[in-house]
Amino acid sequence: MNQPEPIELRIRARSGWLWLDWRGLVAYRDLIVLLVRRDFVSKYKQTILGPAWAVVTPIVTAVVFGFVFGRVLRVPTDGVPPSLFYLCGLLGWNYFNQTLTGTSNTLRGNYAIFSKVYFPRLVTPLATALSNLAAVGVQLLTLGLVYAAALVSTPALAARPTWWVLALPLLFLHLAILALGGGLLLSAVTAKYRDFQHVAPFLLNLLMYVTPVIYPMSQIPEKWRWLAAINPVAPVIEAFRAVLLGTASFDPAYYALSLAVSAAVLLVGVGYYQRLARDFVDYA
Amino acid sequence: MSRPIIEVSGLSKRYALGEIGFSSFREETQRWINRWRGRESESDKAAATEREFWALRDVSFSINPGEVIGIIGRNGAGKSTLLKILSRITEPTSGEAVLRGRVASLLEVGTGFHPELSGQENIFLNGAILGMKRPEIAAKFDEIVAFAEIEKFIDTPVKRYSSGMYVKLAFAVAAHLEPEILIIDEVLAVGDAQFQRKCIGRMQTIANSEGRTVLFVSHAMTTIRRLCQRCIVLEGGRLRGVYPSEEAIEHYNRDVGATELDVETDALPRAWGSTGEEARLIRIQAGDGRGLFFGEPLSLTFTVRVRSPIDAGMIGIAFNTVEGSRVMTLDSDASGKTLRLAPGLHTVTLSLPSLPLSPGRYYCHAAIGQGQHMCDVIDNFALWEIHAGGRNDWESDRAFGGCRLRASVTHQVIAL
Repeated sequence: MNQPEPIELRIRARSGWLWLDWRGLVAYRDLIVLLVRRDFVSKYKQTILGPAWAVVTPIVTAVVFGFVFGRVLRVPTDGVPPSLFYLCGLLGWNYFNQTLTGTSNTLRGNYAIFSKVYFPRLVTPLATALSNLAAVGVQLLTLGLVYAAALVSTPALAARPTWWVLALPLLFLHLAILALGGGLLLSAVTAKYRDFQHVAPFLLNLLMYVTPVIYPMSQIPEKWRWLAAINPVAPVIEAFRAVLLGTASFDPAYYALSLAVSAAVLLVGVGYYQRLARDFVDYA
Repeated sequence: MSRPIIEVSGLSKRYALGEIGFSSFREETQRWINRWRGRESESDKAAATEREFWALRDVSFSINPGEVIGIIGRNGAGKSTLLKILSRITEPTSGEAVLRGRVASLLEVGTGFHPELSGQENIFLNGAILGMKRPEIAAKFDEIVAFAEIEKFIDTPVKRYSSGMYVKLAFAVAAHLEPEILIIDEVLAVGDAQFQRKCIGRMQTIANSEGRTVLFVSHAMTTIRRLCQRCIVLEGGRLRGVYPSEEAIEHYNRDVGATELDVETDALPRAWGSTGEEARLIRIQAGDGRGLFFGEPLSLTFTVRVRSPIDAGMIGIAFNTVEGSRVMTLDSDASGKTLRLAPGLHTVTLSLPSLPLSPGRYYCHAAIGQGQHMCDVIDNFALWEIHAGGRNDWESDRAFGGCRLRASVTHQVIAL
């Protein structure tokens, strides 16, 4: 048997905010994998469609959006077929939405476990962020099929993916950072003040309307565009379209700003979450 | 001997009663604003200290590698808080604990079990939650399954398990942890009697032959006596001392000095998740207050406050020895007659012509229930002393067994 390294664990009241147990997270990587598996299995077990649900919801949403916004309200889609436009926007938005919603309940939702066992408290939200990627994979596949269909019916389709497609994982990473930061912050605040449990769904609802999911950024008057772009989700969603459809305007300055904001949100979120996680079982 | 494997110094934990959890954002903001304006009222401050509660105060001790240590103390002595701090579930307010080795704590069995997953998947998940690495679990897998006696159901989702199977599987995973330091709360009492024996046997193996350090909290003095060499005795959040087990148990028994025979039970903590909402035991009296004597008539009077009507109720009381074995249970419905209680205040009296318990001290537990549903359960509401019977009580002098009943005797001569 291999000799385990001598471990010395000191337990005392800490006061810092940014203490992160990296070694602990690495040691518990198996748990992260198993939690991802658990999320996936328990989500789709005993459903008839199984993982196909990850396809059904965005497609139905895209169809409804296409009808309401495309046909009735006639919101233009930058010359892209509406179905592609919405699916592409939803791809990023859904991931962001699900990850933020999922992690915003981390502390209260895991009280039963957190009050009985210690493991690095970031394990569960990381697992949530990772397991939501499974749905993303399925949705990407759908998007590919819809794109192929669009290409067959309109061979002169202007929307073409760029080589930047290869950077797609980085875009998801960006969304994950932002969603984790926001989710953890909400989770910590909610654990302390119940009032905030109503905030997350409401906030996300509003956020979707100020994010160019159902309309292109180009529809916003030039004068107000900066206002829309300081919403850190907006440049990322635009980037998804720029990369996948090669149409949307992509402004590196706004994107860089979004990246900075996301990093800050993550820092504050993780810090506050870790701080609260240290003794939240005492008063939850 | 090498350095102590656990060193605890000046460990304290303060709770602010009801302050944070239930405060809404508005109240907290109001307090901030007051403080910011420099107008923190005296009453605010006084209220804050009044609501302070030290669950642990300045506790220090050290434990050598390979020791099996019991932690004993009455309810509210700080045992659970100490375990929670050492398991890193919550942080101390001040002081420090140094643990030199891999720690695993078992404050519950089956933490994180997911009903949809199969037994096999849950073994891996639960093992990982408890801190085992995948290869470790894989190596122990067959042993765990065999220990839990569930070979046939290993691919079945655990939601289809009986509660017995579930608990066995959960314990089996926990029992195969291999940390240097193992922290255990009273989780041993799982499964049927036979499985419990197996659990205790397993604990003994872990504790003795494998040279592991174990911290063990229990109310069951029999188990403490069997497993532990030394015990930490806690009292009111403070350390009373670390003694060899026998001595510690004596201290403990003396600490939990016999209670009066008239007990107000309204404010006591409730057990088994009961709330006492529908019906609540508010007072329990034994006899006429003169004392409890072996062989003499016993009458127990329960005062009950009923909120919602109960049509087939029962009131029960149980007596445990200080070692934790239940030796007598009296249920009001044992003779087939249930109680019908309308909202209001009631007293119910249970009587015995002759108290059969051997002289000694007994922990008493009481409950009100309706069928399978327990409305109110109070564990350890009293430690009552039963004295040897007056007059010529030669019976209890024999002093064997927990209970001494008077059987009716028929004698027939077959041949002379």
